[in-house]
Amino acid sequence: MEFNFNIEGGNFSHAGAASSEVKKVLKQLNVDVSLIKRIVVALYEAEVNVVAHAYEGMMKVVLSSDFIEVTITDRGPGIPDISLAMKEGYSTASPQVREMGFGAGMGLPNIKKNCDKLEIVSKVNEGTTVKMTTFFS
Amino acid sequence: MNVKELTDKLELTICSGEQGLTHEIKGGYISDLLSDVMGNAKEGQVWITLQTHKNIMAIASLKEVAAIILVKSRKPEQDTAEVSNDEQIPILSTPLDTFEIAGRLYKLIGD
Ligand SMILES: Nc1ncnc2c1ncn2[C@@H]1O[C@H](COP(=O)(O)OP(=O)(O)OP(=O)(O)O)[C@@H](O)[C@H]1O
Ligand SMILES: [Mg+2]
Repeated sequence: MEFNFNIEGGNFSHAGAASSEVKKVLKQLNVDVSLIKRIVVALYEAEVNVVAHAYEGMMKVVLSSDFIEVTITDRGPGIPDISLAMKEGYSTASPQVREMGFGAGMGLPNIKKNCDKLEIVSKVNEGTTVKMTTFFS
Repeated sequence: MNVKELTDKLELTICSGEQGLTHEIKGGYISDLLSDVMGNAKEGQVWITLQTHKNIMAIASLKEVAAIILVKSRKPEQDTAEVSNDEQIPILSTPLDTFEIAGRLYKLIGD
């Protein structure tokens, strides 16, 4: 099974919509509840990062009987130093975004903790691809 | 204890999401940093915050918290309240500040 969702950069009023759709699908498929909880945290953080830091993006979800693989690709500023970005507390979020409660620099660490495999590829001034895989057993 | 009983005991105002008043409460979490809540809050907890915008509902719904308590008489924005109604997750409001309401909540359900 494959699903695709658009993610609009800068539009916080829709942030989380794609993750919420994926959650519904996983519930319908009776995926283990504790796994759904982890997947949802990772997806939401990656989705919000597109909204907060990039211009536009796509979420592609591939579901098989053994795993879920979610690839979020965006057009945006990219991440110059990925290992720095992965550090808890590191954030380049704007003051307005921080005022809303985003920008704790915990999103990428949350993603890392809540999926089995994480790959990030990024090119400055082009965009970022975040690929998260979680195995069902 | 469910959300309705909590609302009575702590004299909270029900702003929205009344259909979720039967949710059972399994604890509490306090933070205004959204990815902290995303990473650490648990299903069935009451979330105390001062954030009132719509994104708190995305998080509340994904994490399946029992209810949200807004401090210092804050009220949800209109679109936040709408999602709270749709998702049946109550938003409650207290005139108290975070320290005071957290203390009272802890006395009721802590340990
Ligand atoms: N898709 C992206 N495009 C460009 N930069 C990104 C992207 N995702 C993350 N970053 C960069 O990595 C930093 C750390 O990301 P992380 O998600 O950990 O924290 P945050 O988004 O700043 O805050 P939080 O997630 O806690 O609300 C961001 O501040 C930003 O500089
Ligand atoms: Mg983030």
